[in-house]
Amino acid sequence: MNRAQRAAAGSRGLGTMEVKSKFGAEFRRFSLERSKPGKFEEFYGLLQHVHKIPNVDVLVGYTDIHGDLLPINNDDNYHKAVSTANPLLRIFIQRKEDADYSAFGTDTMTRKKNVLSNVLRPDNHKKKPHIVISMPQDFRPVSSIIDVDILPETHRRVRLYKYGTDKPLGFYIRDGSSVRVTPHGLEKVPGIFISRLVPGGLAQSTGLLAVNDEVLEVNGIEVSGKSLDQVTDMMIANSRNLIITVRPANQRNNVVRNSRTSGSSGQSTESSLPSSTPNILGNLLQEEESDEEDIIIEDNGEPQQIPKAAPSSESIESLSQIELLHESTQNGFLPSSEMNLNHSAGSISMEYEVPEPGPKSLEEDGTIITL
Amino acid sequence: MRRFLRPGHDPVRERLKRDLFQFNKTVEHGFPHQPSALGYSPFLRLMAIGTRSGAIKLYGAPGVEFMGLHEENNTVMQIHFIPDQCQLVTLLDDNSLHLWSLKQHGGTSELREEHRFTLKGPPGSPPSATQVTAVLPHSSREVLYLGTESGNIFVVELPSFRVLEDRTITPEAVLQRIPEDNCNRRSCELVEALREHPKNPDQILIGYSRGLIVLWDLQNNKGTHHFLGSQQLENLYWQRDGSKFISCHYDGSYTQWPVSSDNRQSEPLENTVPYGPFPCKAISKIYWQTTKNGLPYIIFQGGMPRASYGDRHSISVIHGSQQTAFDFTSRVIDFFIIFSSDPAAEFDDPSALVVLAEEELVVIDLKSAGWPAVQPPYLASLHCSAITCSHHVSNIPLKLWERIISAGSKQNIHYSSMPWPIDGGTNIAPDPPQRDLLLTGHEDGTVRFWDASGVCLHLLYKLSTVKVFLTDADPNDNMNTLGEDEWPPLRKVGTFDPYSDDPRLGIQKIYLCKYSGYLAVAGTAGQVLVMELNDEDAEHVVDHAEADLLQDQEGYRWKGHEKLKTRDGPVRFEAGFQPFVLVQCQPPAVVTSLALHSEWKLVAFGTSHGFGLFDHQQKRLVFVKCTLHPSDQLALEGPLSRVKSLKKSLRQSFRRIRRSRVSSRKRRGGGGNASEVQEANAKFDQDVLQEMELAPVQRKIEARSAEDSFTGFVRTLYFADTFLRDSSRHCPSLWAGTNGGTVYAFCLRVPPAERRMDEPVRAEQAKEIQLMHRAPVVGILVLDGRSTPLPEPLEVAHDLSKSPDMQGSHQLLVVSEEQFKVFTLPKVSSKLKLKLTALEGCRVRKVTVANFGSCKTDDYSENDLAVLTNLGDIQIISLPFLKLQIRYPCIRKEDVSGIASCVFTKYGQGFYLISPSEFERFSLSTKWLVEPRCIVDMPEVTSNNHVHKSGTENAARKSSPGDCGEDERKSERLMEHALLNDEKVLKEIQSTLEGGR
Repeated sequence: MNRAQRAAAGSRGLGTMEVKSKFGAEFRRFSLERSKPGKFEEFYGLLQHVHKIPNVDVLVGYTDIHGDLLPINNDDNYHKAVSTANPLLRIFIQRKEDADYSAFGTDTMTRKKNVLSNVLRPDNHKKKPHIVISMPQDFRPVSSIIDVDILPETHRRVRLYKYGTDKPLGFYIRDGSSVRVTPHGLEKVPGIFISRLVPGGLAQSTGLLAVNDEVLEVNGIEVSGKSLDQVTDMMIANSRNLIITVRPANQRNNVVRNSRTSGSSGQSTESSLPSSTPNILGNLLQEEESDEEDIIIEDNGEPQQIPKAAPSSESIESLSQIELLHESTQNGFLPSSEMNLNHSAGSISMEYEVPEPGPKSLEEDGTIITL
Repeated sequence: MRRFLRPGHDPVRERLKRDLFQFNKTVEHGFPHQPSALGYSPFLRLMAIGTRSGAIKLYGAPGVEFMGLHEENNTVMQIHFIPDQCQLVTLLDDNSLHLWSLKQHGGTSELREEHRFTLKGPPGSPPSATQVTAVLPHSSREVLYLGTESGNIFVVELPSFRVLEDRTITPEAVLQRIPEDNCNRRSCELVEALREHPKNPDQILIGYSRGLIVLWDLQNNKGTHHFLGSQQLENLYWQRDGSKFISCHYDGSYTQWPVSSDNRQSEPLENTVPYGPFPCKAISKIYWQTTKNGLPYIIFQGGMPRASYGDRHSISVIHGSQQTAFDFTSRVIDFFIIFSSDPAAEFDDPSALVVLAEEELVVIDLKSAGWPAVQPPYLASLHCSAITCSHHVSNIPLKLWERIISAGSKQNIHYSSMPWPIDGGTNIAPDPPQRDLLLTGHEDGTVRFWDASGVCLHLLYKLSTVKVFLTDADPNDNMNTLGEDEWPPLRKVGTFDPYSDDPRLGIQKIYLCKYSGYLAVAGTAGQVLVMELNDEDAEHVVDHAEADLLQDQEGYRWKGHEKLKTRDGPVRFEAGFQPFVLVQCQPPAVVTSLALHSEWKLVAFGTSHGFGLFDHQQKRLVFVKCTLHPSDQLALEGPLSRVKSLKKSLRQSFRRIRRSRVSSRKRRGGGGNASEVQEANAKFDQDVLQEMELAPVQRKIEARSAEDSFTGFVRTLYFADTFLRDSSRHCPSLWAGTNGGTVYAFCLRVPPAERRMDEPVRAEQAKEIQLMHRAPVVGILVLDGRSTPLPEPLEVAHDLSKSPDMQGSHQLLVVSEEQFKVFTLPKVSSKLKLKLTALEGCRVRKVTVANFGSCKTDDYSENDLAVLTNLGDIQIISLPFLKLQIRYPCIRKEDVSGIASCVFTKYGQGFYLISPSEFERFSLSTKWLVEPRCIVDMPEVTSNNHVHKSGTENAARKSSPGDCGEDERKSERLMEHALLNDEKVLKEIQSTLEGGR
């Protein structure tokens, strides 16, 4: 503590930053070199040291400029916290065993009082039926409704991210017929519909798709004129990043737009697809590029993601991502995956008795792995 | 990625594409599926075959082929050529008649349908009144006599199909002259046969089903003779001089009847039951052919003793003391005899018997001793044993070609040397540009080598792998054993033999190196044979090795078939391809991929368990690699046991449907109204369909995972000399792709030629690529520095290809069912991809590199990928940029076996099975096109014949003046009508008149 105080006192220069750390009812103040914040691991050690809690597992949070309480649990968000802190970096430390995850997140400003009281007086906090929602270990995309601004209100574009979950996609499609407005009046045309959702599957758990929704597009390709088998193959081929445009059977939950100025609105009454969809989807497809990278194992060595041949911003990005992940494994935040890696390396020489999830995690994280 | 899919709008490229690509279905090879009718024109020397699907195919000299299709797709029941014309009439099972003619157009002849006609009875008459049972095109070429179920014989005018009602021969008119006590109205029911008198065109012989035969005078419109057969009549045949005719009957007998001018009611000369005395089956058709030496040829179909040989499909030939019953393996549809067509000749002098059986065409040489079979130059029964795989090799070097032909000719010594007797028309197609071989693997363990260069798919050589193995039933190839004292004197003919002794013998993969003559074949029980071409018979031991693809790992139990037992000791092989190495995979699962490198003397093979590499020079297994996934239980259980049971249940349900359909038909029955029954059937089918639609068809959407079945299934193997480890040294490599989207690359060390026998070949795994989409890998290809696919082994050594560019960087193309991906080598980084399935919902079934030449400039050609998808579309995709060039619909997507059987050639052609017995040939190239181009001229004989015939006709008419003036006037009017309407007829008549002068 002395050291920290000293450091804080002696470093009110441009390159340093004041840190105010709170654990329970105790505050500690110290300073950090803004340009060289170091690693999260070191920072964590420093916090344990200044609060004299060397063997206590804690959660570290800080308040950002909006007053939101955000977690610090890896180098990324640590650096973010340091770079945005102005002038003071406020740190809140909780014991892991009685941490209140709900305290984190946006809009904590408005709840600040509550939040802080909860944080400060964890003992008084009235325990709700305890649901453990883990901290996000890593940021990853999740299934969502997208392109709300450019689609007609009657349509819904859903992105199902298979990425990183063990859940099966879990739905079935069937042939059917729907009524369309055409120049010749109402016409019955064949269509593809969702016929069943598998309980516990991704499709059901996201709640974004429902039975009898009509499938209009798969990853930007219209399905009209395609057979059930064709559409099945298209969906399976895109299963790692599946974007389905549907006309929901239940039209009451549609997003209602306030203004009609954005995108290609005004077509909400039109029941056939807007002709401009392929253009709209341009960026979608580009995004999709990076989603699935094949893996190569050289000379019975380590599995690697196959990089893009031409140097592009994308490949640099993925490189940096690789570094990050290396370190996070060192931090021990991904102990399970490290385990898996050992297995997966072994599985190359076919340890077939143990039905272990090795290759699977390999495939699904799409990340680089070390032994 | 979309930018690679948009069709380029570069006008230069668009123009080039038009010069390079063009889709045509050019010719159907093989034997028509479900033939139903046969016709022959001695005048044109053309044969016509009709099928149950309404197709009609004409064949003449090799290369002369025509095809037509009836719109109705109904079964062709009868085919009759119009005498001395390029026209024929077909009768379908819907009772419609169709007139087809061969017309010259743009230098080639074309078969076209000219008219169609359905006989209409008076209002209120039953349909049987007009149900045509017999057709007689009259030699005057103006009329057609149509015998019907009711016994009426209608006369229709050609080519207009106008019914000449006043010339109808009614049963009443026939009965007038027949003594009442012998006959009643019922004896004239159903006209079974109509035959024109060979010398006097004014007389026709009418045979009724119940045995009454009447000789009818067309001039006087009355019966001149009648003959009372006691047995139900099957068919009639005139002897050449018209003094006698012969009738054959339901009870297996035939009867000769004399026709004399004095006696109006004749007694039979001779009544014979050739295979009596026990009850015999019907003789359905008979020929009586005269010869110079006085002994006639009596040739008839059927007549076998009912009890012991009733199930045989036979045609008997009796000539003096010689008698043979040719025994066919499938039902005889029809047959005809080729005999002297010169009307002036005194004798028939039959030369060949042509038999159309349900599954093959058999031609017997009647002139040579022993009546050997003639090998047909076309209509080969591709399915004599079911086809299990096919392999095409383009541009065969002449040396190898000749060696294969010579090996094949040694096998064909039992065939007659007679030139092909059906030789009408002229083939005017240019000679094929190169020698192409199509190899088909069969269920019985044989490989057949077909000459696929031209229009006629012709068998060159047949290779059997059976001899290497011990099978339960030793093949008794000697089909011509003829016991001296056996009765009836049956003799098996033909090659169709769908029964396999052992399904494990089936051939699954074939690879032929055209430069070295090495051939590798692999089969259902994991057997891989490497063979060498030897021009002499030889007896030697086949080296035998076993490849344990599970690498001694415990815990697996193979529930499938056992491996084949091998024959110990030396085996005698006939000249041709002789096996010298046998590798048997363990477990003995079906071999799913095969590659041979003749320069390195290596053969690679893969099954659903893994793959292996064998050095066939040192006869040593180099390595094996297990590709099984631990959870893949299905692969262990054996050959697709679940799939089989599904098939079985499907079959059962179909049977159920059929049964219920039959019973519903029976319930309705009694009416005997064919069209009504048909309608009811159609309606029933519809109901069934609707019922099927009610059950919702669902498809599960699920990502592929490593645990899916058969991920270890090795789909493709590929040898390449490329940069696998570093960019400075290239080395031999072996690539394998699996069903689970994994690509394995092995670096090989092949000792130099001088130490090839001393040092072992070494292999080391260098790379393993896992495609994240996990779709089956169906093709692997390395492109050299110029982005050209690496040449085949020995291609460069034979100066047939530029040596590959080893300076620039190589690229690896991996084709999965869903995507095309290009990676750089040696460091694998992804360069390009085309996501076919994600964009179009179709999946790759077959892919090959094909060379396309421009039809405009000789020096331009390029390599592209020819791709067949599961929808039956063919796409051409450019190399190395993977741009879609063009797409053609080719096969119906429901035709799964057609799609599975497709094989591409190296020059943009391809074959696929349209039925078990027929290959459709198609072409994607503007430059390489094999299609029939032929011409059929009216032979010279025509005019003479015509003058002769019309002369006699006129004479006959004049001899009875006043008898039917009305009739004559009408026919004159008809003639006039024809003259005015048909320019061709006009010209022809003019020419005959000039000829007459």
